[in-house]
Amino acid sequence: MSEPLLQAVNLQCERDKRMLFRELSFSILPGTVTRVEGPNGSGKTTLLRILAGLNDAWTGELKWCGTPVASQREAFLRNMLYLGHRPGIKPLLTPTENLRALMAGRRPVADAALSQALQGTGLTGYENVPCRNLSAGQQRRVALARLLVADEPLWLLDEVFTAIDADGVKALEALLQQRAAEGGAVLVTTHHDLALPGMHRLTLGAGGAP
Amino acid sequence: MWQFFHKLGSPKWFFGISTRFMPWLLAGGILLLMSGVIWGLAFAPKDYLQGNSYRIIFIHVPTAFMAQSVYIMMASAALVTLVWRMKLADVFVKAVAPVGLVLTFLALFTGAVWGKPTWGTWWIWDARLTSMLILLFLYGGVIALDRAINDEKSAARAVAVLVLVGVVNIPIIKYSVEWWNTLHQPATFKLTEKPSMPAEMWVPLLLSVLGLYLIFGWLACVRMQTEILSREQRTRWVKEFVMKGRV
Amino acid sequence: MNAEVRPAVRLASSSVGVLAAMKGVFARDMRVAFRQRQDLLNPLLFFVMVVTLFPLGVSPEVSFLSEAGAGILWVAALLSVLLSLDHLFRHDFDDGTLEQLVLQPQPLFLLILAKTIAHWMLTGLPLVILTPVLGVMVHLDGNSIAILCLTLLIGTPVLSLIGAIGAALTLGLRSAGVLLSLLIIPLYIPVLIFGTGTVAAAAEGASVGAYLALMGAFLMLALTLAPFAAAAALKISLSNA
Repeated sequence: MSEPLLQAVNLQCERDKRMLFRELSFSILPGTVTRVEGPNGSGKTTLLRILAGLNDAWTGELKWCGTPVASQREAFLRNMLYLGHRPGIKPLLTPTENLRALMAGRRPVADAALSQALQGTGLTGYENVPCRNLSAGQQRRVALARLLVADEPLWLLDEVFTAIDADGVKALEALLQQRAAEGGAVLVTTHHDLALPGMHRLTLGAGGAP
Repeated sequence: MWQFFHKLGSPKWFFGISTRFMPWLLAGGILLLMSGVIWGLAFAPKDYLQGNSYRIIFIHVPTAFMAQSVYIMMASAALVTLVWRMKLADVFVKAVAPVGLVLTFLALFTGAVWGKPTWGTWWIWDARLTSMLILLFLYGGVIALDRAINDEKSAARAVAVLVLVGVVNIPIIKYSVEWWNTLHQPATFKLTEKPSMPAEMWVPLLLSVLGLYLIFGWLACVRMQTEILSREQRTRWVKEFVMKGRV
Repeated sequence: MNAEVRPAVRLASSSVGVLAAMKGVFARDMRVAFRQRQDLLNPLLFFVMVVTLFPLGVSPEVSFLSEAGAGILWVAALLSVLLSLDHLFRHDFDDGTLEQLVLQPQPLFLLILAKTIAHWMLTGLPLVILTPVLGVMVHLDGNSIAILCLTLLIGTPVLSLIGAIGAALTLGLRSAGVLLSLLIIPLYIPVLIFGTGTVAAAAEGASVGAYLALMGAFLMLALTLAPFAAAAALKISLSNA
């Protein structure tokens, strides 16, 4: 058995005097895709933000490769990719510039790899158009191109299927599975009807613990 | 040690222990403050230069002194909030900030009242008064930020950062205002800085400062208890307290 | 399903160096700013307009202007930096760039320092460059203008650095702009006092080296402490979002 990449022990989170979840424990193994499920307001986004380290109004324990995240934050951040509702795309910059800026703090990426990633998400011909002139779906695809150049093994993806057409959805599903096959792990929230073979589910809402 | 620390952070424990102390704080505070003020106002000797009008220092100095030390106390609590995340420290900052604001305002007001007979004008851009005015702004900012953030945990931590930034700035502000003052109004008559004060003057002053400290302690406890009840309203002990009237 | 053999995880151990990451943040902010040049001009126009109000509203007399001019320019510069602070994190917050910034492996306070330097180069520095023109318009003499520019050169970065704390604290709040001013103006007072005081001292023929050194000390203090406070504030604001 391989060691879990990410482990949550007794997570508890309260927001605006309402308990979102308590005694929530789970392990994310390498090679898995996990869908975080639950009704609106059950704390899916909050859970992903807690795991990413953006939200710190929680108690419990988070471990990265068996060691508390807090004691190795840099290593954790280097190996984790979080994409939120707002994916970090600047409307004034072109897709290429956006990707380059997003990768600037991570690892050096050759321009060829960037244009290849944009090609891979069907943005050929739009590489040098400011993102504000692109459609919502195309802007979303710029964020997905970020996934194509990603080398982080852990992906936390919040509503990435929003505003993407059928072809894009297929490509994205394939991408998630490929990441898992390469030994990574993906946590994803979506309203889209996602059912990948071997997909794990983490259900929030009814009592919290899966 | 950790046990004690943990206990100290528990709102319930604080609620119980403070209820026991509060009457003593209030009684002692009133006693000291009254004796200090009455002594100062009625029995202390007249000032050779200012006559009777100087007597307002028995109110002005304690409030000004408290206004500043409340900010320092808030800063210590803010540090505890950020480092140990102790609930009680958040509650303290939130509860005493308005008290600090009122004390600062009182210090400014009594300063102005004192200014009228002394300088013939209600307001003068004296270094001390100006520093107090800026302190009033700092308190105002802390309260405004606290009110603006809905989530109480975030509010407490944001306020803690602001209070700490403020406390780093207070000595710088004081120093620069004093420098500014010498630049623009070379050495006039200064508030409260007497070459030497006879014991008949400073003993009542000391008494009123101590008295105000105790009353502040009592007021802080009252406000903290109110805040704790509102924060912990869903816990069992608060419900029991409301039903039975004791912890 | 656990029976299958899982592929090994490949963990990355190194990331881009701190300097390269700071350069990336700086370059992006500069590039975005130059795509929207109007936003760069706004604080400058505001600066000029506020200065114009004084001759109109108080007195156009040479004696008044030459005495109050340095103070007027300093206050106007302070206000226009204050006005521009709201943008420091707001757009990044709205489009999610800020989340990605916080999640970069490098120390956050250094990335914020890079952003603040970009902010200063886009607002404070242009104000300093514009100051001689306005200095002539308010009848300051050449020496005073030179000293004024020097104090603004040292002082405006302090304004940006302290302002970053306020911008981070008020991020995502209703009426953040007004609140930001309330929090930050008291903290600006020492810089303002020494900025204008230095010019006044120079006009009286005093030596200003010590005052400039003191302002330099303010700058060093702000450089070392403010990014930490802003980073802490930013994390709190994001956590609340």
